[in-house]
Amino acid sequence: MIEVRGLTKRYGAKTAVDSLTFGIEPGKVTGFLGPNGAGKTTTMRCILGLDYADEGTVTVDGKSYPGLAYPMREVGALIDAKAVHGGRSARNHLLCLAQTNSLPKRRVGEVLELVGLTEVAGKRSKGFSLGMSQRLGIAATLLGDPKVLMFDEPVNGLDPEGILWIRNLMRAMAAEGRTVFVSSHLMSEMEHTADHLIVIGRGKLIADCTMREFIAGSSGASVRVRTPSAEEFVRAITAKGATAATDEDGSIEVRGMTTEQLGDLAFSEGIRLHELTTVRASLEEAFMELTASSVEYRADVPSDQQPSTTIGSGV
Amino acid sequence: MATITTSDARLHTLPPATGRAGLRGALASEFTKLRSVRSTYWALGALLIVSIGVGALVMGGESGSLTHNPGNKAGFDGTQVSLIPFFEIGQLIIGVLGALTITSEYSTGMIRTSLTAMPRRGVVYAAKAIVFTSVTLVFALITSFVAFFVGQAMVAGTGVGASLFGNVKIPANAIFTGPGSPGSPPKVTLQGIDVISASTVLRAVVGTALFVTLVALIAFGLGAIIRHTAGAVATVIGLMFIIPVVIQALPDSWRWDIMRFFPDAAGRVISVTVSGGGNQHLWSSWPQMIVTACYAVGLLAIGAYMFRKRDA
Repeated sequence: MIEVRGLTKRYGAKTAVDSLTFGIEPGKVTGFLGPNGAGKTTTMRCILGLDYADEGTVTVDGKSYPGLAYPMREVGALIDAKAVHGGRSARNHLLCLAQTNSLPKRRVGEVLELVGLTEVAGKRSKGFSLGMSQRLGIAATLLGDPKVLMFDEPVNGLDPEGILWIRNLMRAMAAEGRTVFVSSHLMSEMEHTADHLIVIGRGKLIADCTMREFIAGSSGASVRVRTPSAEEFVRAITAKGATAATDEDGSIEVRGMTTEQLGDLAFSEGIRLHELTTVRASLEEAFMELTASSVEYRADVPSDQQPSTTIGSGV
Repeated sequence: MATITTSDARLHTLPPATGRAGLRGALASEFTKLRSVRSTYWALGALLIVSIGVGALVMGGESGSLTHNPGNKAGFDGTQVSLIPFFEIGQLIIGVLGALTITSEYSTGMIRTSLTAMPRRGVVYAAKAIVFTSVTLVFALITSFVAFFVGQAMVAGTGVGASLFGNVKIPANAIFTGPGSPGSPPKVTLQGIDVISASTVLRAVVGTALFVTLVALIAFGLGAIIRHTAGAVATVIGLMFIIPVVIQALPDSWRWDIMRFFPDAAGRVISVTVSGGGNQHLWSSWPQMIVTACYAVGLLAIGAYMFRKRDA
């Protein structure tokens, strides 16, 4: 169980994380989502004590991370797969980490076997591909058989085979009752892995909900209608208490009514319909919509085209 | 929890944990780190080869000069001459290793992995310092003794080579008595006797190794403060080589008052075995060593503070 309470971290004048509060429950995969620069890595660094929080506290099982008896037995964290001394062999890299927590030496061979690096165990890691480095980093997280696994953008730059491998690994870990906390800036990565979501933007919490809640709350289905009598139909819809907006191409976007209700309404009003379609926002769109106003670095888009709706709290 | 099904590999259950991760594990880890990168072997190899090799060359040259011109025997400090390459060049080589021990963690990003595995930073820093100091001291002592023995072997037969096993008498002064025949050295008469005791030689050989170790720790502390290899090495060079040269350029009345407060001075006095070594403006060996030790301890302490306080 990881508890983040009022975490604030500033780098100079820039506030990277702004009074963030959330908890990570054991036994599930918690996705940590946010656009690039939202403060995900900073939050993880503060959890691990690599960065010192300006305000707030972070605890792992009620203790600060540096206070844990054997940190590697509690948390296995991979923040940056390239954060290794490239001149050291994979085996020696893992050995020097295992020794800090008095873990048995044979464990090194076992985790190397598990991630499929046994054959290159004696090779210096500077020659490793990103995928191999990622596997080495994951091997390190497994050394202490930890209850909590933390990965920062684990599939960045990986090939499809590597992505699948990591996804399966995370699911297997959660199935064994471990806590998996994984960050990403892509919703699509979370769609099939995460049970719970924590969404942040510009260092602030945007949503903390289950995946099901997120889908339910965000899919905000709308119905697209095309009709030659647009004005008349919009009036009828508004009279029913739903909202309707006319798009540039003349179609009407209706929220608050189903296709059945709209079809019946059109029939009773004697209005001809040319199209009646449910438009369901994908998770990716929902996420974009949710974080649009909190994207740190954004391409210049004319302001009238920016989505303005937000879902959830905190914005 | 005993097995993970992502591959055929099996992870055995770990033995139950007792106590907490501490200095013991950190020491083992730091030793593994030091012995598992090539830069350690390059630096220690270079230390041995340069200190002993150049020492032998210098002493070989001295041997010729002592034979050719016996006047040079007066006040000849065989111990110091054999150790000059060690404490002048060797200190820099081991200084690079001292800086690298800590800066390579930052340049590679390994520090984040290291401190995630062992977040108690004071323990990590102490373990690093202890392992590095121990390895450096052992190699410095080996280098110092070997450089000394090889150097003395090069001047064997001149009668003025130093010894660790007995007192050696060398002439104290050479009096010029007239020009020699063309192509020959001037005529001199050797006067007085300077007795170089074995204990003085031992102090010089061991003390020089300690001096070089202290310089390595200065580099280690600067590495922790600067966190950048080139920056730390440049600062060591500045402190040990550039500042002394600048001081030499100052008016005598100034430099004689301040030169004893710099860390390089100890190397020049601890290695002296003859009387009147020309360092009358410096303190004697051990007080001068304390000056160097103060720099080492001070920089190590500042480094420790910054290692703990700054974000990794």
